[in-house]
Amino acid sequence: MASHAAAAPHTAGADAGHDDGHEHHHYTTTGLDNRKIAIWAFLGSECMLFASLISTYLIYKGKSLVGPFPHTEWVNEAGKRFEPILDIPVTSASTAVLLASSFAMVLALQAVQLKGKPIAATAGWWERIQRSSQFWLAATAFLGATFLGFQAYEFTSFVHEGLTIKTNLFGSTFFTLTGFHGAHVTVGVLWLMTLLWIDRTRGLGPKDELIVDICALYWHFVDVVWIVIFTLVYLIS
Amino acid sequence: MATIAAPTHAGHAEASSQNTGIWSWIATTDHKRIGTLYLWTALFFFLVGGLEAVLIRTQLMKPNMGFVSAETYNQLFTMHGTTMVFLAIMPLSAAFFNFLIPLQIGARDVAFPRLNAFSYWVYLLGGIFLTVPILFDVAPNGGWFGYAPLTTVQFSPGHNIDFWVIGLQVLGVSSLAAAFNFITTIINMRAPGMTLMRMPMFTWMSFVVQFLLVLAFPPITVALVFLLMDRFFGTTFYAIAAGADPLLWQHLFWVFGHPEVYILILPAFGLVSEVLPTFSKKPLFGYNVMVYSGIMIGFLGFGVWAHHMFAVGMGAVADSIFSMMTMLIAIPTGVKIFNWIATMWAGEVRFEVPMKFAIALIGMFTIGGISGVMHSSPPADLQQTDTYFIVAHFHYVLFGGSIMGIFAGIYHYYPKMTGRFMDTGLGNLHFWGNLIGMNLTFFPMHFSGLYGMPRRIYQYDSGQGWDLFNLMSTYGTYLIALSTLVFVWNFVRSRTRGAVAGNDPWGAGTLEWSIPSPPPEYNFAQLPEVTSRYPLWDLKDPSKTAGIAHSHADAMTITDAHAVPVHEETERFTAKELGIPMPLPTAKPLFTAVGLMTMFSGLLFLRNDLFAVAMTITIGGACMFIGGLYAWLTSPLE
Repeated sequence: MASHAAAAPHTAGADAGHDDGHEHHHYTTTGLDNRKIAIWAFLGSECMLFASLISTYLIYKGKSLVGPFPHTEWVNEAGKRFEPILDIPVTSASTAVLLASSFAMVLALQAVQLKGKPIAATAGWWERIQRSSQFWLAATAFLGATFLGFQAYEFTSFVHEGLTIKTNLFGSTFFTLTGFHGAHVTVGVLWLMTLLWIDRTRGLGPKDELIVDICALYWHFVDVVWIVIFTLVYLIS
Repeated sequence: MATIAAPTHAGHAEASSQNTGIWSWIATTDHKRIGTLYLWTALFFFLVGGLEAVLIRTQLMKPNMGFVSAETYNQLFTMHGTTMVFLAIMPLSAAFFNFLIPLQIGARDVAFPRLNAFSYWVYLLGGIFLTVPILFDVAPNGGWFGYAPLTTVQFSPGHNIDFWVIGLQVLGVSSLAAAFNFITTIINMRAPGMTLMRMPMFTWMSFVVQFLLVLAFPPITVALVFLLMDRFFGTTFYAIAAGADPLLWQHLFWVFGHPEVYILILPAFGLVSEVLPTFSKKPLFGYNVMVYSGIMIGFLGFGVWAHHMFAVGMGAVADSIFSMMTMLIAIPTGVKIFNWIATMWAGEVRFEVPMKFAIALIGMFTIGGISGVMHSSPPADLQQTDTYFIVAHFHYVLFGGSIMGIFAGIYHYYPKMTGRFMDTGLGNLHFWGNLIGMNLTFFPMHFSGLYGMPRRIYQYDSGQGWDLFNLMSTYGTYLIALSTLVFVWNFVRSRTRGAVAGNDPWGAGTLEWSIPSPPPEYNFAQLPEVTSRYPLWDLKDPSKTAGIAHSHADAMTITDAHAVPVHEETERFTAKELGIPMPLPTAKPLFTAVGLMTMFSGLLFLRNDLFAVAMTITIGGACMFIGGLYAWLTSPLE
């Protein structure tokens, strides 16, 4: 029996596999693509990153010795009054924009999945637009960029009101936490624009579902993190 | 299949000419070559860290020595710790992850070969960035755990800490990228039939370590970001005057720092779990329990960080919880010790050099483990903390554990990596020098510690009962240094002079020994169909081969049609002859890594008010990094 095992490489079953041109190096244990597993490992690590940033924010909450403060007004030694600095209505609007971008991302992925399936001649405008991965990728990137615009406006107005990254513990933790999130959104927008560029140059097909899917996972993750930040930093005083 | 049946040996010369020269190393994406690069680089840093230890011990040889200045001494002990943890032991483990994991699970390469090369280059550049300053007397000087606020600009105004904070930040990128890669590799690249519970123990322990890396590195990344922001941009994270909590750094650091301890030891545990069964001719005792205890150590490792902080006064409740958790983690560790002993029990034990190192790990690590349980009790810890007793403890687990395990691994896998044995006589000399040297160095530290000698002092007065112990420690260090030189000589010389080793020179049972030594670039000519934990032993056991053929027939219908039963592959072909697509060589990962390092090093100039210079370097580096990344991701792998 040992000799049978040793001779096995030359059995007909293995030969047929080689000759049919099937790319056997793409065999994976789970059947999933490697990139799909790697992005989940990456997101697990990102959870710990934001958990550390958010914990620090919470540990330092209310510990600032000088203002401006997030939810309460402050009068400095010169008698100057500072209003609570967080503008919740404006940030609610930017949060809604970011949530909408996740919706657009879902539709972008769906559009890529639907590629190659025939569309009825009688299809209405919504069905046609549903098939346009370029439209939804552009929409997602645009909404993400709009969120960043809101953040740039927020940061500038805070600096004008006298809160910088050096002012107090609130300034240091707030700008670092939301800045880290903003950097993640920026990477996401660049990623979406790269996908859009690929779509415009060679066109995304059903085989490209995976690369859109992992971008979508990242994008939704960044969105979920913002919901946590928005709740803990803005809504709970 | 005609390609296999009638190989053209003319291809060999052509292939080998492409596979030599410096460019073949710079552009390599082969996990075995990257593993070799890791091994050589990490051994170099191990020697650097060892030299620093020799200088430290020379200064402490006698009371009130003036061999080095207090400032230099601070740099030496900081860099000794930082180098050994981040630049020697972790990358030595990474060398084995790279070389062994794909071979042990029957894969052609890691999941992302270019990301793997990127991890190595980032490590090399970060290591150079951290190490070079010591030549100019501006090396980091805040201790290996760099407690803030001590390391903020107020108390450490020089550039010393800048090198430390940037260097560690960059090294973190390397470790994280590698961890994503190995998690994916182990989950997704296992050969047909290689179920999780058939994986060799080294791969299992490495698997646990990758999760520790993924979850433990973000907290220190954040702690370092805060320190970096405080130092370069004037934030107040560690500014006590602004109301900052002096314990913030300690918590964030040790949330990383304690899992880090297991990141350092678990790969060594994995290596000896390969060595002990091989040289006892018995399967690993209690395989399942070994796996579960490894996972258990990984979990509990996240719940014990504050035992490094008993002295800061966290209160009775916190102290009790962390004390109990720490005592608890000794249980899975003890389980491993007993399983190793049971593996050797009644086995046909052969005392080859790797086996000696493996047995030394069991003994020495146990001593360090027991002193660890001693300071899990806060009242005892309050006496011992910041004394040489602690230094003795962690050197027994790191030198007696990690380093002994890694040497066991090096002697064991050297024939697989190079095709030649290391010299046994020199190996024995190295082993005994190391074992006696480490006990002579670290055992007296228990006493100097209990007599009250604090860590990190550069001089001490005579008459405190410390003199003899310090003298012994210093001579012990010299003995370790000498035996390490024997090792280096053996390691370098055996590459060309060692006795030639075959596929399976030690009679081991796992997959990596079924292929030629050194392995061909494609590893396995055909993906092996795995049916047990020690397939090569089954192959030599006639009563079990029947089972293999049977399950092979079953497997053919349900799994990958290309897999064949495990067998010894003796003939060498080129990947081309076999029709196996290999990752193309590329220097883009190196280019990208240089961009990353440049981007971070620009920050150094910020504190000299050279804003324009800093921005130019940082933005230039960022462009290189992003450009390199795009070029890499848009070019085909194979």
